[in-house]
Amino acid sequence: MRTVRVIPCLDVDAGRVVKGVQFTDLFDAGDPVELATRYDAQGADELVFLDITASSDNRKTMVDVVSRTAEVVFIPFTVGGGVRSVDDARLLLRAGADKVGVNTAAVDRPELVTELAAEFGSQCVVVAVDARRRPEGASATGGPGWDVYTHGGRTPTGLDVLEWCERSAALGAGEILLTSMDRDGTRDGFDLDLTDQVAGRCPVPVIASGGVGTLDHLAEGALVGHADAVLAASIFHLGEFTIGEAKTHLEAAGVAVRPGTVGT
Amino acid sequence: MIAVLDYGIGNLRSAEKALQFLGADALLVDDPDLAATADGVVLPGVGAFGPCVQALRASGLDAVARQAIELGIPFLGICVGFQLLYEGSDEDPSEEGLGVLTGVVRRLPSGVKHPQMQWNLLDKVAHRESGLLRDVPDPTWVYFVHSFAPEVTADATSTCEYGGTVTASAEMGPVWGTQFHPEKSGAVGLGILENFVGAVRRTDAGAGTGAGAAGSVGTAG
Repeated sequence: MRTVRVIPCLDVDAGRVVKGVQFTDLFDAGDPVELATRYDAQGADELVFLDITASSDNRKTMVDVVSRTAEVVFIPFTVGGGVRSVDDARLLLRAGADKVGVNTAAVDRPELVTELAAEFGSQCVVVAVDARRRPEGASATGGPGWDVYTHGGRTPTGLDVLEWCERSAALGAGEILLTSMDRDGTRDGFDLDLTDQVAGRCPVPVIASGGVGTLDHLAEGALVGHADAVLAASIFHLGEFTIGEAKTHLEAAGVAVRPGTVGT
Repeated sequence: MIAVLDYGIGNLRSAEKALQFLGADALLVDDPDLAATADGVVLPGVGAFGPCVQALRASGLDAVARQAIELGIPFLGICVGFQLLYEGSDEDPSEEGLGVLTGVVRRLPSGVKHPQMQWNLLDKVAHRESGLLRDVPDPTWVYFVHSFAPEVTADATSTCEYGGTVTASAEMGPVWGTQFHPEKSGAVGLGILENFVGAVRRTDAGAGTGAGAAGSVGTAG
């Protein structure tokens, strides 16, 4: 049976979980290990940690967070943010991460994806793609679509999202974490058109991200966007919904999921 | 001591951490001499079959694995480590597995995404005794990441449905294996690993001495 994963995302800055709106305006959402433990207990299928500053000081803090999480949480978790080399990845995997996410460094040097896959296996390599819809007629590549942005969404690359996702999979990515920058933090729901197109083109699993404000949005991501996994942050961090409630809602909407735990 | 064989393939930390969480004396071991003194052996593995076979051989830990199995020491293969117990794999037909279990590793059925990277329902094989799955609910949810799996044989103790019926675990005596990742399957997975830790403790107690009972000299398994 094909099941859809529900993944809370923890943006980590200086050892704390923070949440922003369209990549800015951060607020504190708690201790990462505490949140990770809670989400595991509620039935989260995986976790994603994003080191949003990724300075060298912060990297040590992040490795510590990863290591402490791995002591108590026994579901898969991905760590991304600032991973630039096989050595960076090794440090996080050795600390207990199951997968590493690469974004800017993969665009700068696509061979990195292949190197990581060769060293750790494709299942360890998540290529994170920040996508922004092209203004009509304003693109060098022409036509409607989405451009890839790097450096936390600040730098346009001129790469087409669909092509880059497909290429990432061919280079050795085991999974695509697809974030709509247009929707991130808006609570208007996933960019379903984007998600559907990438999921249709990519041979590897696609995690939909950016814009979840209601539980219906999660269901749409799976049913309309055909995502293999749905990722959200604020609806869980703010305590609006538990993972268990999200699972119950998805199941009622006809999405096959591993059941969560009701309560907590 | 439970030796988690560290033959330079990927991320083995999670298996070690989960066993330690259960109170087991688990250790990542890359030294064949040290590994040969273990009371229980875990053979993890990620990536492709061929490179894992080659790396295991190059590390010298393949001999340790064979010896542990011959001595009847509790043995647990996980994911590609499980696949290595079979005769070979369609993934790399030129490489031979350990051949402890009969059968070949096959590509997952077509028409579904590869890899299977998700939680799936584990169905126990009816009327099949399983030490590893003792007291585990049937069915239950476990986490898979794989594009290949051993063909379903008489050794299979559980399966999952993914484009067809796929082997999820198998056993032959004290040789156990899971295609899924018990170390990443939450509370259920920890229960499964606890069954393995229990088997190691019983064997250890049965041997009458403490750690190192399964040394190289004449220890009956």
